[in-house]
Amino acid sequence: MNRRITALVRKEFIQVIRDPSSIAIAFVLPVILLLLFGYGVSLDAKRVPLALVAERPDPAAQSFLSGFYRSPYFVPVPVERMADAERLLEAGAVKGIVHLRADFGRRLLGGGEAPIQLIVDGIDANTARLVQGYVTDVWLTWLQRRADAERLPAAIPIPLESRIWYNAEVESRNFLVPGLIAVIMTLIGALLTALVIAREWERGTMEALMSTPVTMGEILLGKIVTYFLLGTGGLLLSVAMALWLFDVPLRGSFWLLWLGASLFLLTALGMGLLISTVTRNQFVAGQIAIIVTFLPAFILSGFIFEIRSMPTAIQWLTHLVPARYFVAFLQTVFLAGDIGAVIWPNLAALAVMAALFLGRTWQISRKRLE
Amino acid sequence: MWHRIWHLLVKEFLTLFKDKRSRFVVIAPPLVQLLVFGYAATFDIDRVPYAVYDEDRGRWSQAVLARLRGSPVFEEAAHLDHDAQIAPVLDRRQVLFVIHFGSRFSERLARGRQAPVQVILDGRNSNTALIVLGYLRTVLADFTVEHLHIVPPGRPVIRAWFNENLQSRWFIVPGIVALLTLVVTMVTTALTVAREREQGTFDQLLVTPITPFEILVGKTIPPFVIGLAEGSLILAVAVYWFGVPFRGSLTLFYAGMGLYLLAAIGVGLMISSLSVTQQQGLMGAFLFVVPAVILSGFATPIENMPETVQRITYLNPMRYFLVIVRTTFLADPPFALLWPQFWPMAIIAAVTMATAAWLFRHRLY
Amino acid sequence: MPSPRPEAAVRIEALTKTFPPAVTALDDFAAAVRPGAITGLIGPDGAGKTTLMRLIAGLLTPDRGRITVFGTEVAEDPAWIQARLGYMPQRFGLYEDLTVQENLDLYADLQGLAPQQRAERYAPLLAMSGLAPFTGRLAGRLSGGMKQKLGLACVLVGQPRLLLLDEPTVGVDPLSRRDLWRILDDQVRKHGLTVLMATAYLDEAERCREVILIHRGRRLGQTSPSRFLEPMRGRVYYIRTPPAVRRRLLRELLRDPDILDAVVQSDGVRVVTRHPRPPSVTDPGALPEAVEPRLEDAFVARLRAEAETLSMPEVRLSRRPRSGEREPVIVVRGLKRRFGDFYAVKGVSFTVRRGEVFGLLGANGAGKTTTFRMLCGLLPVTEGEATVAGADLRRAPAEARARLGYMAQKFSLYGHLSVQENLTCFAGLYGLRGERKRTRVAWALQTFELAPFRRQRALDLPLGHKQRLAMACALLHEPPILFLDEPTSGVDPLARREFWYLINGLAEQGVTVLVTTHFMEEAEYCDRLVILQAGEVLVEGSPEEIRRRTGAPSLEQAFIHLLESQR
Repeated sequence: MNRRITALVRKEFIQVIRDPSSIAIAFVLPVILLLLFGYGVSLDAKRVPLALVAERPDPAAQSFLSGFYRSPYFVPVPVERMADAERLLEAGAVKGIVHLRADFGRRLLGGGEAPIQLIVDGIDANTARLVQGYVTDVWLTWLQRRADAERLPAAIPIPLESRIWYNAEVESRNFLVPGLIAVIMTLIGALLTALVIAREWERGTMEALMSTPVTMGEILLGKIVTYFLLGTGGLLLSVAMALWLFDVPLRGSFWLLWLGASLFLLTALGMGLLISTVTRNQFVAGQIAIIVTFLPAFILSGFIFEIRSMPTAIQWLTHLVPARYFVAFLQTVFLAGDIGAVIWPNLAALAVMAALFLGRTWQISRKRLE
Repeated sequence: MWHRIWHLLVKEFLTLFKDKRSRFVVIAPPLVQLLVFGYAATFDIDRVPYAVYDEDRGRWSQAVLARLRGSPVFEEAAHLDHDAQIAPVLDRRQVLFVIHFGSRFSERLARGRQAPVQVILDGRNSNTALIVLGYLRTVLADFTVEHLHIVPPGRPVIRAWFNENLQSRWFIVPGIVALLTLVVTMVTTALTVAREREQGTFDQLLVTPITPFEILVGKTIPPFVIGLAEGSLILAVAVYWFGVPFRGSLTLFYAGMGLYLLAAIGVGLMISSLSVTQQQGLMGAFLFVVPAVILSGFATPIENMPETVQRITYLNPMRYFLVIVRTTFLADPPFALLWPQFWPMAIIAAVTMATAAWLFRHRLY
Repeated sequence: MPSPRPEAAVRIEALTKTFPPAVTALDDFAAAVRPGAITGLIGPDGAGKTTLMRLIAGLLTPDRGRITVFGTEVAEDPAWIQARLGYMPQRFGLYEDLTVQENLDLYADLQGLAPQQRAERYAPLLAMSGLAPFTGRLAGRLSGGMKQKLGLACVLVGQPRLLLLDEPTVGVDPLSRRDLWRILDDQVRKHGLTVLMATAYLDEAERCREVILIHRGRRLGQTSPSRFLEPMRGRVYYIRTPPAVRRRLLRELLRDPDILDAVVQSDGVRVVTRHPRPPSVTDPGALPEAVEPRLEDAFVARLRAEAETLSMPEVRLSRRPRSGEREPVIVVRGLKRRFGDFYAVKGVSFTVRRGEVFGLLGANGAGKTTTFRMLCGLLPVTEGEATVAGADLRRAPAEARARLGYMAQKFSLYGHLSVQENLTCFAGLYGLRGERKRTRVAWALQTFELAPFRRQRALDLPLGHKQRLAMACALLHEPPILFLDEPTSGVDPLARREFWYLINGLAEQGVTVLVTTHFMEEAEYCDRLVILQAGEVLVEGSPEEIRRRTGAPSLEQAFIHLLESQR
């Protein structure tokens, strides 16, 4: 690298270190996000408060309800009367009610159908659905035990034997944390880059830079190198925290991960540079960067919300979001391994996007103030 | 006093709407976000691709598969003939699960023995995997009753209150009311004081006879009005466009929104009074909004968070308003039930506003 | 140095530059810049100086015409020019979060200065700028004057052949200005540097080899300063007067259509007449004597000849402050202000009496603005006392603030609001209502000739009009006390005259004025002043007393003398 680029990179690093808001975006926010997603946020319903109402607590009812005390998913709240349980549900204190009528035991012994009423709080539809699944699990286990104990014919003729690959513990953390790397690198690559270049325009340092023999390519390269290195730092930090703090497995190879991350970083940098070159204003650049890079990386990338479940038009839109390719890549490299069929198409898409954004920036950057 | 506040208000509204940039911030991003969130943010599953590995090819396996094909949730995408094909289709994300019938599936069933079905799921997205598993169980249970005429003793009858079909849009879209009003009020307030400080107009303001209380009122009303308008717009879109029912009381909804806006404005003004430049204001708002949204229960339930994190969420006004919005939309709660959500927001509003007003005259350079 | 040496370092031919939709910044402009000398580019605000600089630096493309620098056309090969150029924009792009040394190293790297040459290149620049002790300090922490000197040093490290300076001395105290000039002279002498400098200070332009006068994008003239002065012979007079009547005499002179310019200078008034004959003065004791013209006289005369009328706002206060007793209005005793472990103001005391124009002077970073802000209640006092009309403005009830008018250093009105909206807003904030509010806003629009711009955004006003609007806002409620923080910084000489005309009118009606300024010639308008240095009062008294005490002919020299003796 020539001396001018090294000088620009050195300058850029000093500025990042001395500017509190750069540090906030480049280091503080990523760490907060990683901690929140690693420890705080989880889609898995665990320890769900569940009201248990047995109108007559006879042995049959007791044996069924004991399953809820053994399940790791529930915190049972025994309630005597249904009306009280309903009030708890309305207040949001429990997420569901299991209700056994007074004749539950009698009907069960009589061999007839003994309905178990389950009411779930449907406001959080996702949790409600998980609760349904867990209650069904408890019920199936109870049936099986009862059949085994009393040597009855198979109560469940078609049991479902499930195996969950890639994420056997079914921890949402295992897919959230790798996906988060895409969000963090968007922060550093696009948002921070957009802000710092717009700042040069605002503070008049760009005018001073341009009047020196530096070429526009060198100015751009200086930024790219700096924020590329910074983004790589963010990657290493995220990967380290993912592996050693949150025990997320990395089944693919690190070098492949690094390659994908580099391509994505270049894409993000391209977007950041393009935004700031067009706007030349920190405020507008920040707003646009949040809307077109940060939010899509969160919502439209498959990071939290499954792309396959979105309406077709939105699915089509996600193809324009670079983070989409990176999230698919990340989830595969971390949880599944080096699977070429997933990795190469996504890497190719990232490479094309990086070339497009950087190329366009190069095209419209002129050493002119107009 | 009200005379001076009036002039301050006129000025605030004029600066908000005469500047192309701040007009843009108030109008464009919320609309984009509303549409994107409304459509894209969903936990529902739909047309889940799966592969069939049927070694049985008997009557019963075909019957189960026919049942699967009849469900709009699933979509058959591949047929497998031997074990070695399982890994590639899952690896490539071609299908989300493989359903496997052993070679003696029908025979066992015919003999009245247990005939297990194996399902191998892609767990990369654990949430989707769990929900798919739940669906499959329901399908098999229904199948057992309808085709084998075996009614297990004691069988759960499930009913969902408030959101009978468990559509996650009914969960997400009301949440957007809380999310977007927060974003809009934070962006408009976090910049007001900082912008005036940066441009020197705050000094100009402080040398007039205006009091901190008057400044506070003057700076609170515009974002309040904008937040209210924006919130109402989103409410209307949620009900008439996305078809989410509104079953509760509008009075309670607006009372909650009023307190929520005051709390959000208070936080925004506090951040703004602490910032020297607009950039710091914007960063401060960003650093508040992102964790606040994540820790609000907007997408992921607060109950799932560890105890310490849950305690932090008590400081987050969005957490309270989300409960108010969602329950007033889908249920019809009495005020007494929502009271625990109201008073913490009032306290947050009072504390942050008092701090901001104090900072007006005390954070000086 | 290439040989044969071209006769002009920069040659500008038929240059036109427009900014859509309708601004013509340069219109068929032509000029030549002499090599190895300093050329001044002077003109009022918005004349096109900055655009010209940017065009020469290759940062803008001309619509028509061409610029050649050392024989190479700029539009053809801007990189070639930029390798030989040092350009210091108005807001020089120092990286504020880099230290002095880091900034220097960065520009040395960018301009390709070999590492072994650096020590010998840095040493004289650091020494002459007085920056040597501060190489480890962040550029953002330097005073305004220091920043400008660092900017110049950064531009000079690469040893350019052509130096473009855009108003390098705006907001810079006399001492730093002198340092800047020393560096420039040294570079020109030792290295044959060619300098083109845009400036609003005509005493600076006078030191240039040649001066280019630019007005509304056109060249009004280019010649040596002395040639500019020729038509002024016999038209410049000096009238010695006692301080008591000076203000009235000045206002009287400025209203005379035969007189193009009148300013206070030392113990009297300096007058430029339209025709070569002495001004007629009613006061029999005042005797006009002919004096040598200065460039400023020529500049003002020339611009007035271009039909630039001065707007001389007459302010009639409807509620005059009680006159008569000259009791103290502003009292400052043992005032201190600490930032961290650094005292910006360490024990300042002075008293301003009713109806006085009181100047707060000092180099950049001497503590002027800090003192000023404490007085206005915009900064807490660490120790001591600062009262205005008997009240501490930070604690006093809000109504106490209604007695003062305030004009900040940089334009600080609501830029996106129109002129009328700004006026109405501030009238309301100062508690005016109903009929009185309407009449006062109408008064402001009329007096400051803002009526044609009433619907325009304040942001889009020319600088001079912005200044007028700011003044109008400060006067809406007819305050008996006025605080003005560097009100004329960056404003051209014509606007400065209008401004002081107004202040004098107010002072005559008993308004107390506290003003900070860098312009020592403006300090001559003050009744009394203090000069601050490193947070302490260096000297206090009337301009006459201070000049006499140091034996200097002008306040500027007195100031430099006093500061030097402190060093």
